[in-house]
Amino acid sequence: MEKILEVKDLHVDFDTYNGVVHAIRGVSFHLNAGETLAIVGESGSGKSITVRSILQLLAKNGTISKGEILYHGDDLLQKSTKEMDDIRGNKISMIFQDPMTSLDPTMTIGKQVAEPLLIHNNVSKKDALKRAEEVLRLVGIPNPSARMNDYPHQFSGGQRQRIVIAIAIVDYPEILIADEPTTALDVTVQAQIIDLLKELQQKIGTSIIFITHDLGVVAGIADRVAVMYAGRFVEYGSVNDIFYNPQHPYTWGLLDSMPTLDTNEGSRLHSIPGTPPNLLNPPEGDAFAPRNAYAMEIDEEEQPPFFKVSKNHYAATWLLHPNAPKVTPPEGIMKRFAKYERLGGNVK
Amino acid sequence: MTKYILKRIFYLFVTLFIIASLTFFLMKLLPGTPFSNQNRMSPDQLKIVKAQYGLDQSVFVQYIRYMGGLLQGNLGTSFQFNNEPVTALIGQRLAPSMQIGAQAMIVGTIGGILLGAVAAIRKNTWADTLATFVSILGLSIPSFVLAVLLQFYLAYKWRIFPVALWDNFQSSILPTLALAAMPLGSVARFMRTEMVDVMSSDYIELAKSKGNSSWGVVVKHALRNSLIPVVTIIGPMAVSVMTGSMVVENIFSIPGIGEQFVKSITTNDYPTIMGLTIFYSFLLIIVYLIVDILYGLIDPRIRLGNGGKE
Amino acid sequence: MEQIPQIPKEKFKLVHDENNKDQEKIGTPSLTYMQDVRRRLFKNKVAVVCLTLLTIIVAISILAPIVAPHNPNAQQVTMSNLPPKLGNLNIPGMNGYQNMGGKMVDAYKQAEAPKGTFYILGTDYLGRDLLSRIIYGTRLSLVVAVLATLVDLIIGVPYGLVSGWKGGKTDTFMQRIVEIVSSVPNLIVVILMMIVLKPGLTSIVIAIAITGWVTMARLVRAQTFQLKEQEYVLAARTLGESSTKIATKHLIPNLSSTIIIQTMFTIPNAIFFEAFLSFIGIGIPAPNASLGTLLSDGQKAFRFLPYQMWAPAIILSIIMIATNLLGDGLRDAFDPQSSEN
Repeated sequence: MEKILEVKDLHVDFDTYNGVVHAIRGVSFHLNAGETLAIVGESGSGKSITVRSILQLLAKNGTISKGEILYHGDDLLQKSTKEMDDIRGNKISMIFQDPMTSLDPTMTIGKQVAEPLLIHNNVSKKDALKRAEEVLRLVGIPNPSARMNDYPHQFSGGQRQRIVIAIAIVDYPEILIADEPTTALDVTVQAQIIDLLKELQQKIGTSIIFITHDLGVVAGIADRVAVMYAGRFVEYGSVNDIFYNPQHPYTWGLLDSMPTLDTNEGSRLHSIPGTPPNLLNPPEGDAFAPRNAYAMEIDEEEQPPFFKVSKNHYAATWLLHPNAPKVTPPEGIMKRFAKYERLGGNVK
Repeated sequence: MTKYILKRIFYLFVTLFIIASLTFFLMKLLPGTPFSNQNRMSPDQLKIVKAQYGLDQSVFVQYIRYMGGLLQGNLGTSFQFNNEPVTALIGQRLAPSMQIGAQAMIVGTIGGILLGAVAAIRKNTWADTLATFVSILGLSIPSFVLAVLLQFYLAYKWRIFPVALWDNFQSSILPTLALAAMPLGSVARFMRTEMVDVMSSDYIELAKSKGNSSWGVVVKHALRNSLIPVVTIIGPMAVSVMTGSMVVENIFSIPGIGEQFVKSITTNDYPTIMGLTIFYSFLLIIVYLIVDILYGLIDPRIRLGNGGKE
Repeated sequence: MEQIPQIPKEKFKLVHDENNKDQEKIGTPSLTYMQDVRRRLFKNKVAVVCLTLLTIIVAISILAPIVAPHNPNAQQVTMSNLPPKLGNLNIPGMNGYQNMGGKMVDAYKQAEAPKGTFYILGTDYLGRDLLSRIIYGTRLSLVVAVLATLVDLIIGVPYGLVSGWKGGKTDTFMQRIVEIVSSVPNLIVVILMMIVLKPGLTSIVIAIAITGWVTMARLVRAQTFQLKEQEYVLAARTLGESSTKIATKHLIPNLSSTIIIQTMFTIPNAIFFEAFLSFIGIGIPAPNASLGTLLSDGQKAFRFLPYQMWAPAIILSIIMIATNLLGDGLRDAFDPQSSEN
């Protein structure tokens, strides 16, 4: 498989009132052509910042202090402003979280959808609008020709998100970044949007980076999953690896706090105690250690490296070190291990 | 929309009626007689003059007469100024006031928009600080102080402009500048706040993610969205220009209605004061009405209903 | 990554502590709302400078009888129109010299002023000390501003409260009145009132207050409308608290920021109106000084004795700028969201 995007050792800092916040502290990952990579984590873990760094859409006080972002082998961080403008909305585009606020309230949706075409392709206004209409039909806006001249406030939330998606895909991007595209929507609409994204991926063959804090959404769309905590990845692997053979205690916590079909009536959902660390002064050791029921002395002293669990599955926890004691994961996770074995996997 | 406008026009007349009545009775409360040379008049003469203006009638009859005249567009007759009808006085003097007023509004609005936009785009830089400083000066220094300073330095000392003259465009520049300072300051501040807000909004981020250059983002999305609310402060701006024009016209000896108003105050020319009060109020209500209609027209959220739901 | 680091075994002891409860603690000490507002205000350099300037100006005005070097209304015709002079210091522009027919002459000597006499900001056409007049003038202007603002509060706040709280027909009626009052330019109402009333301090205050309360009433009404729907107010209503009690206990504290900020914009407005009225000659009557009368006098002599207008113009501008900026600072302090980042 071809790696179309590769992020290497990304560090992002934010200059704030209280000091420098080290929001991203060494993130590396890649994206294969045609796949969907989900990045999961709680709010503030740095998922959005990671993907915004790819398009260089950080807030003014944010800087990428270290790292490389290779798009087909070219470092995007070395590109000029003009070259980046050519990539945004054309090769790599983005879907935002809140459809209620991400459309320009004073511009007709036809023009908004056609805009990327007019910026990047040498097309006439008429052709661009015609194409915009096609794409609106593709994303499921009923009767698009009649609605081209309508304004965003005349659409429902779900429809607006479809329009936002139309804007993102109108120029057939190679990479589509979806930043929590379903979070602001009703549950029923969420599923429709996920289905639409899957359908579009097949039709136009784009790769997707899908960001969410909702593991439930991930299962339905992702090929691979990366779990993020306090500005770093803690575990990544295929959907099955993450869901049924999780190794990092944080992943355990996330999975355990999610209701499943197996969740018995009357049993309680678990929560992860505490709050994420303050990234003004990131901890020396594993950032999750203070909230980790399985923390060891070494966790407080040294950042764990990634240990290989299986092919393409890695986790950054000292529990995988040969010297580590054998621990028993929570009950819910044990059930998942059992399922993994049924699926033919080999639990470590 | 049509229904709304008709309703507004109806209220316009109700408001004008109330203002006219209040002004009328207020003027009747005034002590003494309004004739500048009354000391030289014998009681008989005074009586004749009073009868001539209908002042011998009861207040109620005078009121009915006055309001009846208003309906026919008659604002009464000036006690001073050769007994001219007030409407004629306004007619003669409207043009200069309108000219400097309109010029000041245009200069102030365009200047303020540019200043505010630059401040917002270059937020927290020296350009922002400078623009903010200029707009605070514009807001804080009364137009009459500015008028005197401009007149002294630019006209009297350096002789770039005529000191006090009303003939060509050149003579309107200084009064325009003096009057434009306040609108410039308020528009710039308002524009900056709006635009800073807009620039941090999600749809601007989406516009960037489409591949717009920073210039494209500002021109295609940020400007229009920040400009719409600026329309709402045109009303208050018109008030400050009207107010300012009263002294500024005086300082530059411009034969406008502002100068006339101040003159009629100092000479107790009640009909003129009343007439001008009603006229000023009328102008202002019209401006407010136009602004509201304009706002509805340019903002699709209001024009197409379902507004404010965001 | 494939390499497994060599780490001694004892480092791999589980350290989990069941009673680790300080997880849930919040790091920074909590501040009350007002403390937070104060902290934010004092962090804003511009606001602090403005506050200091205004404090100094207010202090000098209060202490006018002690601070002013001369009686502000004492005329001494022989000493008329003397330029500024500061002791025997020979600072150009402050040394008592004046340009007369192209030559610099010592105006004090010409006026046969006794040795040691000096007027820091010079004298006016009646030989009154300009500095003392400015001090007393500022005092009068500030008195006008404070009184007008007080009346504003006394009328505007309850009006807005009642209108917003009652809603319905009462509100519609009260808003009609507000609409009518605000559709006449303020200044015209003020001028009309000044014509009817006798010129003087009280009249100016009344005239300014008659239109000034409208903005305050509008803001308070809008805010009350929102607050009325808040859960805690609804709760108080369900518990049967009286309207007055709800107003004083729940509404006024939450309205305070709006009211304080609006006050900061009423003050410069009142100062402007006073100056304007006095400037066109229907404000504070002679011989008392206000910033407006000083400007008006100064303007008449401006061509020849510019210092007579510059001094009050600068003080007036400083007060206006400082109150405006302080108002901005307060708004940012009360509502951190309004100040970006």
